[in-house]
Amino acid sequence: MKGQGIKNFFDKHRPKFEKGGKLHPFQSVFEGFETFMYVPDATTKKGSHVRDYIDLKRTMIFVVLAVVPTMLFGMYNIGYQHYHAIGEFAQTSFWQVFIYGLIRVLPVIVVSYVVGLAIEFTFAQIKGHEINEGYLVSGILIPLVLPIDTPLWMVAIAVAFSVIIAKEAFGGTGMNIWNPALIARAFLFFAYPSHMSGDSVWVRIGADADKVVDGFSGATPLGMALTGNIDYNIWDAFWGFIPGSIGETSTFAILLGAAFLLITGIGSWRIMLSTVLGALFTGLIINAFAVNPFMEIPFWHHLFLGGFAFGAVFMATDPVSAAQTPAGKWIYGFLIGVMAIVIRVLNPAYPEGVMLAILLMNTFAPLIDHYVVQANVKKRLKRAAANV
Amino acid sequence: MSNTIKIKKGFDIKLKGQADLSIGKAVDTNRYAVKPTDFLGLKPKLCVKADDIVKAGTPLFFDKSQPEVKFTSPVSGKVVAINRGERRRILEIEIESNGKFESVDFPVEEIKSLNRDKVKKNLLESGLWPFMVQRPFGVIPQVNEMPRDIFITSFDSSPLAPDYEFTLAGEMENIQAGIDVVSKLSKGKVYLGLRPGSKFSTLKGVEINYLNGPHPAGNIGIQLHKIAPLNKGEIVWTLNLQTLLYIGKLFKTGKLNLERLVAVCGSEVKKPQYIKAVAGASVKTLINGNTKNETNERLISGNVLTGEKLEENGFTRLIDNQVTVIPEGNEIEPFGWIAPGFNKFTAGKTFLSKLMPRKSYVLNANYHGGERAFVVSGQYEKVLPMDIYPVYLLKAILVNDIDKMENLGIYEVVEEDMALCEYVCSSKIEVQSILRNGINTMIKELA
Repeated sequence: MKGQGIKNFFDKHRPKFEKGGKLHPFQSVFEGFETFMYVPDATTKKGSHVRDYIDLKRTMIFVVLAVVPTMLFGMYNIGYQHYHAIGEFAQTSFWQVFIYGLIRVLPVIVVSYVVGLAIEFTFAQIKGHEINEGYLVSGILIPLVLPIDTPLWMVAIAVAFSVIIAKEAFGGTGMNIWNPALIARAFLFFAYPSHMSGDSVWVRIGADADKVVDGFSGATPLGMALTGNIDYNIWDAFWGFIPGSIGETSTFAILLGAAFLLITGIGSWRIMLSTVLGALFTGLIINAFAVNPFMEIPFWHHLFLGGFAFGAVFMATDPVSAAQTPAGKWIYGFLIGVMAIVIRVLNPAYPEGVMLAILLMNTFAPLIDHYVVQANVKKRLKRAAANV
Repeated sequence: MSNTIKIKKGFDIKLKGQADLSIGKAVDTNRYAVKPTDFLGLKPKLCVKADDIVKAGTPLFFDKSQPEVKFTSPVSGKVVAINRGERRRILEIEIESNGKFESVDFPVEEIKSLNRDKVKKNLLESGLWPFMVQRPFGVIPQVNEMPRDIFITSFDSSPLAPDYEFTLAGEMENIQAGIDVVSKLSKGKVYLGLRPGSKFSTLKGVEINYLNGPHPAGNIGIQLHKIAPLNKGEIVWTLNLQTLLYIGKLFKTGKLNLERLVAVCGSEVKKPQYIKAVAGASVKTLINGNTKNETNERLISGNVLTGEKLEENGFTRLIDNQVTVIPEGNEIEPFGWIAPGFNKFTAGKTFLSKLMPRKSYVLNANYHGGERAFVVSGQYEKVLPMDIYPVYLLKAILVNDIDKMENLGIYEVVEEDMALCEYVCSSKIEVQSILRNGINTMIKELA
């Protein structure tokens, strides 16, 4: 039988991990690896005899695959920004640029996964359930929304805070109210603001501080807009050659991910579309009443700047913390778009309005759904009343 | 008057092994059984013991909560065993046929002159009463209730289901008689749900609705919801065409005749086709030797969504006109969660089988994953053509909130309507058994 050897291996070692076995405290780890290696042989006992081939593992892995383009581009962009800052870009090869970013980004990803999964395995063991796949996605999203200069210990603390307080405290994957990745980002934003905002955290300079060219600022376009000194090329913003969090700069790479999520049906097109519509709508209104340079930024530029695209595609669409009903998704997405631009433009202390907008709407998503479902209930009661 | 209802939501599972429109030979094992477990909430009280001689229509047991409701033998012969399970629960009343198929004589009268009481009495005495289903909750009709309407579905849209246009061809007169009979049970309307282009559109005395769309378009629950939704306090009685045929024959001939064509289908059947057999036949009668791999396969009485798993020497459910055989699938699949899946049929879009769709696929009984909390939203809604929020209803059931269950539409659904939700669920949640728990809670609450 296909793959029998590998199953025999797990069957042989299973007793050690079961209750009473020497390695019982690692049972959740054992089971996690087992289901990673193969889909188990369990067959249906009741209800429908056949089940779809899709499971949560595949769903989550597909989101991770969708993030890969932005991750790879983010690595390249870290190098790109670095070599531009020190004025050596022209002499550097593509691979040097990429590898510079790779070796700075990889440790962040590793820390995120190691800390996050360790906590997840511990909780699975304590609660006696199977390890959930939720962290596979959060684990890659967290590094991508951080500035490259975030110290690794901060990453570890943020991940621990997010997994324990924002997820496991509520009951684990599927039960959380807020998007865990954004909670990690928000935690750092409020706990260590000097490392999460300003002009100096977005470009990795490292040991080459003496080489920085004259006139280099390191500010993101939104940071510049805050000071009224707007100087960016919108095409650079679209392709992603601007300073910013590791994975958020390239709208193009994010669109590749969005296309993948939509073609495979994993991401909600309702949420993505309504978020964009909400942002465009608000941008137009703000343009119409513009009184400062930030408000004069053309409304459609907002889609390419800051974390908007990343938030709309990968964060707002998290099925657990988003609205669940079809009508609710429209309202939820639209309000995220509105709030993101309002916070970004009208409250310049928080140019990263998308993160706050999504967390805010995560909070209200159950309320939105409640009213959508109540409308259905009312319809049913009315029908019953009419028939009496 | 007729009316076409377009059903957009839903899903056809393209299973391999559709029965050919031909009739094969049954291998008569002379073994039949009636299983009280086929009927939800039934508390059986036996009227026979082993070695009793019975005819088709002789009562075997009745329902303790409604003693008028009798369950009768489908064939003539001898009771050979009363098989019991845990705590002496009766599982099967096994009968050995004498091969003569003699029936008890039931009164024959001009159907036009029959009144409601006579119809009821005849249905109750013959054992055809429990072939009807009462909504809400999908239970045996309550004898003393007056249903708002009667609902009849003329087609089964579930995977590999028997084609009534084929199996009931030439029975138009008996079916019409059945309609004339059941229409006396209610003061309301008799609704008939048809596929567009159906031959049964010539039936009279019914209000016809055409339903165009994928499964579960053929389910009574969907038709009821689309045509005249059920409100709190209302009840309707429902039947399928096969039951209508049994009723028609009973009233015309005075004999109980439960012979019908059964679709023997599924990827593991060597020659999928129809077999003529009497209801309650042993599964061996239907598939003896006609499967590819006798050890690692799953025998199902009914379809893959709602059927009952049978042992090799088991008996089909009385109400089923279908036996499906699929691979058990109790084997692992290395890295299955990332495999491209050219041959994996799916309702979603994450497998490459979507690029090159085939006519039919082999599906096994593997879960293809582990059970998780509700994570992905919007999956159930795509396959439930009802104005109901299924996940909210299930969550109301899980927290045992009776008011919410009622408000969210528990009166309008039974397991078969939400079986597809269970099929598509990426969290592998046991939708049907959760729903049944909720329904049982409601039945207790309303009693």
